[in-house]
Amino acid sequence: MRLELRGITKRFGTFTANDAIDLVVEPGQVHALLGENGAGKSTLMNVLFGLYDADEGEVLLDGEPADFEGPGDAMAAGIGMVHQHFMLVPPFTVAENVMLGHEEVRGPAKLLDLDAARAKVKEISERFNFAVDPDAVVEDLPVGAQQRVEIIKALSRDAEVLILDEPTAVLTPQETDELLAIVKDLSKAGTSVVLITHKLREVQAVADTITVIRRGKVVGQAEPTASQEELASLMVGRDVSMTVDKDAAKPGAVMLSVRDLSVVDELGIPRLKHVSFNVKAGEILAIAGVQGNGQTELTEALLGSQPVTSGDALLDGEFITGKPIKDVLMAGLGFVPEDRTEDGLVASMTIANNLILDLHDQPPYASGMALKPSVIDEEAAKHVEQFDIRTTSTEATAGSLSGGNQQKVVLARELSRPLKLLIASNPTRGLDVGSIEFVHKRIIEERDNGTAVLIVSSELDEVVALADRIAVMYHGEIVGIVPPDTDRDTLGLMMAGAKQEEAA
Amino acid sequence: MTATLTEAPQAQPAVDIEVARSWRTPIILGVVGLIAFVLFGLMTEGGGATTTFVLSRPNDLFTIPAITVPAQATAIALTVIAIALAGVSAWGVQNRRKIGMWLPTVYGIALVLAVLVWAGAGRTATSIQLTGLLIGTVVLATPLVFGSLAGTLCERSGIVNIAIEGQLLAGAFLAALVAGAVSSSTGSDSFGAYVGLVAAPIAGALVGAALSLFAVRYWVDQIVVGVVLNVLVVGLTSFFFGTLMRENPELNRAIGLPDLPIPVLSRIPVIGPVLFDQNMLVYLMYAIVIVLNIMLFKSRWGLRVRSVGEHPKAADTVGIKVNRTRVRNTILGGAVAGLGGAFFTVASGLAFNKEMTGGKGYIALAAMILGRWSPKGALAAALLFGFADSLREQFGIIGTSIPSQFLAMLPYLATIFAVAGLVGHVRPPAAENIPYKK
Repeated sequence: MRLELRGITKRFGTFTANDAIDLVVEPGQVHALLGENGAGKSTLMNVLFGLYDADEGEVLLDGEPADFEGPGDAMAAGIGMVHQHFMLVPPFTVAENVMLGHEEVRGPAKLLDLDAARAKVKEISERFNFAVDPDAVVEDLPVGAQQRVEIIKALSRDAEVLILDEPTAVLTPQETDELLAIVKDLSKAGTSVVLITHKLREVQAVADTITVIRRGKVVGQAEPTASQEELASLMVGRDVSMTVDKDAAKPGAVMLSVRDLSVVDELGIPRLKHVSFNVKAGEILAIAGVQGNGQTELTEALLGSQPVTSGDALLDGEFITGKPIKDVLMAGLGFVPEDRTEDGLVASMTIANNLILDLHDQPPYASGMALKPSVIDEEAAKHVEQFDIRTTSTEATAGSLSGGNQQKVVLARELSRPLKLLIASNPTRGLDVGSIEFVHKRIIEERDNGTAVLIVSSELDEVVALADRIAVMYHGEIVGIVPPDTDRDTLGLMMAGAKQEEAA
Repeated sequence: MTATLTEAPQAQPAVDIEVARSWRTPIILGVVGLIAFVLFGLMTEGGGATTTFVLSRPNDLFTIPAITVPAQATAIALTVIAIALAGVSAWGVQNRRKIGMWLPTVYGIALVLAVLVWAGAGRTATSIQLTGLLIGTVVLATPLVFGSLAGTLCERSGIVNIAIEGQLLAGAFLAALVAGAVSSSTGSDSFGAYVGLVAAPIAGALVGAALSLFAVRYWVDQIVVGVVLNVLVVGLTSFFFGTLMRENPELNRAIGLPDLPIPVLSRIPVIGPVLFDQNMLVYLMYAIVIVLNIMLFKSRWGLRVRSVGEHPKAADTVGIKVNRTRVRNTILGGAVAGLGGAFFTVASGLAFNKEMTGGKGYIALAAMILGRWSPKGALAAALLFGFADSLREQFGIIGTSIPSQFLAMLPYLATIFAVAGLVGHVRPPAAENIPYKK
C-alpha cells in the first residue's frame, strides 16, 4: 500500500505542531522520520492514526483520500501503530491484548474464542521468530517482549503500514538489534514501516529513505548513506558536536559508600539486591541499565524516599540511610529526579519559589516564619542568568517552561547548595541537543569542583559520554563495574544480565 | 555481534534479603482468641447447662435432629481452637510460610460458634435457629449483592460509583410508589409488587445516568459527584415521602412480593429454606451474579469493559469507544443497584420510609472491594456481611446480655475488620476515577 500525507497541519492553540507536512511511504519501504524530541513526529503519526484530527491536509491511501474518525478506521484501512508508551492492558494476557477490539466469538452464548486468538499469536510469533507465549500476562513480560506483542497486535489486523514510534527508547542494545532485524523482515514481507526516531545509528541501519522534521516542518530528505554529522545538523539546524569534552577525572577520597543495600517493595518483590559500590570525590559513576532494573529504587533509597530493607549507605563517613530526607539533603546531597515534572518541580509555583524549595525555611530566604521575597527574587535572577534559563520572568510558573529550561531550574536549585554528592537520574531525557550539551557541561563542572557524581541513565550514549566508571544494573543487582571505554556490545550483554567476564 | 537476549545468561540469583516479619496478624488473632476464651469460654454457664441448635423445619423432606451440646465444654473447646489457630499463624510468620484463607475462615467460624453456644447456654425455652440464621444471611445480603454488583460494573469500566446508596434508596422509593399506585388501581397487591420491582431499576438507572453525565462529560471528581447524588436522593425521596405519600397513603402501603418456593428443592433441610424458598428478587440475584460473572470475564463485552477500566487509551487505539462504554456501564450499574433497592420495600413487604437504606450502599462498596471487583467475590463478601447482620437479629431474638447498640454495630465492625484485615493488597482497575480526555 502506498501511503501519502499531503499538507498536514495540526495546531494546539497557538502552537503549530505540524506545519504543512508532506510525506510519501512506498510499499515495502522502511521510511525513517527523524527529528528531535518535540519536533512533531509523534503528532504527525497520531494524526495519521486518527487519534488527532488534522486542521488542514489529507491522507491518501493508494491515491484515494482517507478520512479516519478514530484509530478503528485507521486499523481497518491497514495502518498499525506501535506507540512509544505501549497500548497494552497490563493485567491481560498476550492473547487477550491481541484480540481486543476485533474479538472472535464462538458458541451460542457468543463467548470469547481464546483458542483462535492463541492460534493467531502463535502463527505470527512463529513466522517472525518472536517466541511470545500467548498465555503470558503482559505486565510480567520484559519490555522487549511487550513490544513484540504490540507488533503482533498490528499484524493480526493485517496492517500493511506499520508505524513504530520511538521503538528503541526502552530496549537494550541487543533488543534494539533484534527489533531492527524484525523491521527488515517485515519490509521484505511487503509491509511498509514508518520508523520514528531521533537515534541516528538506527536510521542508518535500516532506513530506505529518511525524512527529517524540525519544529513541525519537513526540512529535508536524506539517504541512509549520509553521515551522522550531516543527519544531526539537519535535525538540529546547526552544527553539533557529538562528543562531550572533559578532562580525565582526578578522584579523591571515597565520598559515597553503599554497602549491601537491598530494597523490597510493599508487594514483597525485591527491587534492589545487595548492592555495594563506592563513588569518590571528583569522579562520575554512571549507572547503565534498561529502565526498571532497580535504578529508581537505588536513587530514592539514597535520598530516603524509598524505605531500605537492609544494608546502609554513608556519605562522607556519615550514615544517610534511615535519616529524614531533609537531613540527607543538608548533609550535601543534590538530587535531580528522573521525572522532573512529577518530582523535580511544583509546576504551578513560580520559578523563583521552585528555586528555593529545599532552602525556603533557612536564611537568607527566610527569617523566622516569614519568607523574604526580595532576597528570593534577587537570587532567582542570578540563577536564571547563570543557568541560562529562558523565561520572561522569575515570576512565571515552572510549568510554563520548556523541558530543557525546567531541567535547568532543577539543576540550578540542586547545585546552589555546597554538595558532596550529586545524583542525577536521566538528566537529559526529552531535552533538545542544545540543552543536553548545557546539562552535561554543568555536571562535568560539578565533578571538577570535587563533587562525587552518580548518574543514572538508560541512554547508553549518555553513560559512555559522561562516565569515569560505568556500573551496569540488571534485575536489582550491579552486574559489574567497568571502565568507560568498554565496547557497546559488552555493555549491552551486561544490561541483559551477563556477568562482566562472560560478556567480555 | 549477533547475540540475542535469549542467549545472554539470565542472572537470577537466589534472593535472600531479610524482610522484617510482620507479627500483626498472629497477635491480633491471639488477643481476640484469649478475650473470647475468657468472655465466652470461661464465662459460659457451666454445671450441665446445654445449648441446642435447631437445623430442620417442620415441613422438610426429612428431619435432622436438633443438636444439643454441653455449653461450657464446647465454648472452651472452640475458643481453644481459635487460640491454636493464632499459634499456627505465628508459626507461619516465624517460618515465612504463607497460610491460606482457610485459617481466618476457620478461626471466624470457631469464634462465631463459641459466641452462639454462650448465648444459647442454659436456655431451655429457646434454641439457636441455625437455619433461620442462614436464611437471614441470604435475605440481608441481597441488597449488598446488588449494590456491589453495581459498583463492580461501574468500576470495571473506570467510574467510581459512590452513589450506590442513592441508587438503592431511589429504587426502594420508586418500587414502593409504583407498587402502591398499580395495586390501588388494579386491586391486586402481588401484581402491583411485581410492577414495582420492574420500576425500581429505572430509578437507579436515572441516578447512574446523572453520575455518568458529570463524570464523563464534565470530568467532575467521581467521588464528589457520588456523594452529592446520595444527598440529593435522600432529599428528593424524603420530600415526596413527606408530601405525595403522606397526602395519598394508598401510594405507600406495605406490599410484598409473594414467596415462590421451588417444589421439592425448597423442602431439603437447611439448603431448601435458605436457597429455594425466596421471592423473585433473590432468584433474580442468583441469575444476575452468574450471568455477570460469565459476561465480565468470558465475553467480548466484558473484555472491552475491563480494558476501558484498566487502560482506556489502549482501548481507544483499537477502536473501542471508551466514554460510550463508561456511560453504558454506569447506567447499567445504576439499574442493578436500583433493582436491589426494591429489597427494602416490595421484597420485604414494607412501606417506604425516609433514609431506609441506612448505609447499606456503603457496605456494598466495601463488599465490592473485599470481593475484588468480581461478581462472585461480591456475592461471597455480601454473604459475610449479611451473616453479621443476621447474627445481630438472632441475638435480638434470643435476648443476650450484650447491649443492643453493640449488636447493631456488628455488621459495620465486621466490614471494617474484613476490609482492613482480609483484603490485603488488592489492585483496583487502574483507570478508576480518571476521566478519559483525548
